[in-house]
Amino acid sequence: MVVPARAVPEPADSLKADSVEIIIAPPTSPVVSDFKYDDGNSLILTWVPSIDDLPVGGKVLSYHIFRSDNGGEAKKIAELIPGANYYKDEDLYSDTNYAYHVVALSSNSRAASFQTASIRPQREWVNLNLKYLFFIALIIAASVIYFIETAKRGKKLFVRKIAGLEAVDEAIGRATEMGRTILFIPGIHDMDDVQTLAAITILGRVSRVVADYDTKIRMPVARSLVMTAARETIKASYMSAGRPDAYNDDMVNYVTDEQFGYVAAVDGIMVREKPATIFLLGAFFAESLILAETGNSVGAIQIAGTARPAQLPFFIAACDFTLIGEELFAASAYLSGEPKQLGSLKGQDVGKGIAMLAILLGVLLSTIAAVGDTETITDILNFITRVFTVTN
Amino acid sequence: MKRGVPLIITFVVGTVLIFSVFIPPMENLGENFTLFFDIIAVFAFFLGGGNLLRVHLTKLTRRKRDWEYSIVTIVGFFFMLACGLFKIGNPGDISASLTAEGSWFQTIYDNVFVPLGSTMYALLAFFVASASYRAFRAKNREATILLIAAFIILLGRTPLGTFVTGWIPDSFSVLQIPNLAIWIMNSPNLAGQRAIMIGIGLGVVSMSLRLILGIERTYLGGEDK
Repeated sequence: MVVPARAVPEPADSLKADSVEIIIAPPTSPVVSDFKYDDGNSLILTWVPSIDDLPVGGKVLSYHIFRSDNGGEAKKIAELIPGANYYKDEDLYSDTNYAYHVVALSSNSRAASFQTASIRPQREWVNLNLKYLFFIALIIAASVIYFIETAKRGKKLFVRKIAGLEAVDEAIGRATEMGRTILFIPGIHDMDDVQTLAAITILGRVSRVVADYDTKIRMPVARSLVMTAARETIKASYMSAGRPDAYNDDMVNYVTDEQFGYVAAVDGIMVREKPATIFLLGAFFAESLILAETGNSVGAIQIAGTARPAQLPFFIAACDFTLIGEELFAASAYLSGEPKQLGSLKGQDVGKGIAMLAILLGVLLSTIAAVGDTETITDILNFITRVFTVTN
Repeated sequence: MKRGVPLIITFVVGTVLIFSVFIPPMENLGENFTLFFDIIAVFAFFLGGGNLLRVHLTKLTRRKRDWEYSIVTIVGFFFMLACGLFKIGNPGDISASLTAEGSWFQTIYDNVFVPLGSTMYALLAFFVASASYRAFRAKNREATILLIAAFIILLGRTPLGTFVTGWIPDSFSVLQIPNLAIWIMNSPNLAGQRAIMIGIGLGVVSMSLRLILGIERTYLGGEDK
């Protein structure tokens, strides 16, 4: 709903005038409208800036936004820079009427716009801006569930070989033969990061093999919750391997939450203990290369994986195997070999198919539109762009 | 039962968080669940601190290898804890800000902690050099392409790139090294990054569904027995 402006209000703040008053024109056409698809707590105010608001030599120094709640006194709620013509007012109540006016200020004068009529923020129950995202997510989720169900019924599904995961057993075997430790680094984020969750699920598979081979595993962590989750995971693996006596809480220890403090500690462990195998799986930032290069320098076989594209080149340069992006999330399902888990990987392929189709179609239509200047093609292209653009 | 309750919590919270994206009145609920996590994480911090002390005290008392370093850790831990709790040296009183200028806590943070962190970060420069040396050796076709691309980008980001190819006429400006560097970054590099990002997005969806539906339960310690 868009509400037009009405009568001029009296400005609620004051300025001390200098000897020569610099007169400026007021901002005009203030319009307040409901911010669409929210919980009824935001309004949008727009206006046409003062004609004295110029990029060069402009007299306007700032805009002040005033708000009146339920017809009460107008109070200043925001101060904006010259050139502004838009303000989103948030944290409002859907049962209160709000009216606004904008005041332009020069060095010693002010000019107020008309006041808008009162308006209440409207609550919407569904965010229709995200309707295309919802349908695409629905298709992908449905295909994941469909393939899980298909796999449960016994249909064999082909999943390509992932070199980094094929090497897990070999890497653990190497540590066993050399009688050295396996170091597992789950990144520096907490359990609320899906990369850390992926790392912990891989840890479950790795520690099961470690328990079978009776190898030593060491896991310094940067988050307390990761420590408790990792302990439970390793303990369960030792239990299922029938070796609960071999489990020790000290396999996982907390170091520090601080990024480079953690790096210093882990580098120290690498240099002193010279682990035979190092897993670097999870969320990594600037420390990725420091850790991976130190691991490389002590001659460890390294398997790394992260979903942070900026860190992937460092891992590729310094590690023996790198799980690139989605492979990190696929690792647990891949290592488990369970049909229902592998089914979920097949479901992802439908999403990839949609992405590939959209990219090909977009490139094709863009090319045709550029060459032929066809209005219909441009419309279709705009529609595809809208479908794959998330606006909130 | 031990696995059942966490699985139900995961299902409910996961479902609510998904729907809170599409249903505005549920937005707050999603934020509240995130707050719950923060509260749990605060309590878990005591576990972390306790574990740190236990590990180092054990090392110290049993005179394990490198036990001397544990003294530094334990002393540092308790000293900073005391500085923070009792606000030692704070210019105000006990009600003053913990990080007030001149307090021991802030002074140690600024003069010991920050430089140590920066020192570790600075090591990155040397590691980038050694990793680049290995990655850019032209041992096969892919590595050679990587080497050429890196060489162009390195030159393109320095005045030398402009100096070397500045004479190329504007009609062939795409061949100027700075422009080539921009093209490499904006076209092949960006395309590759986006492909990885799409894969990551789909991987997250698939992994999340496995967790929400209870198919993946390794993080809970495996299957129910």
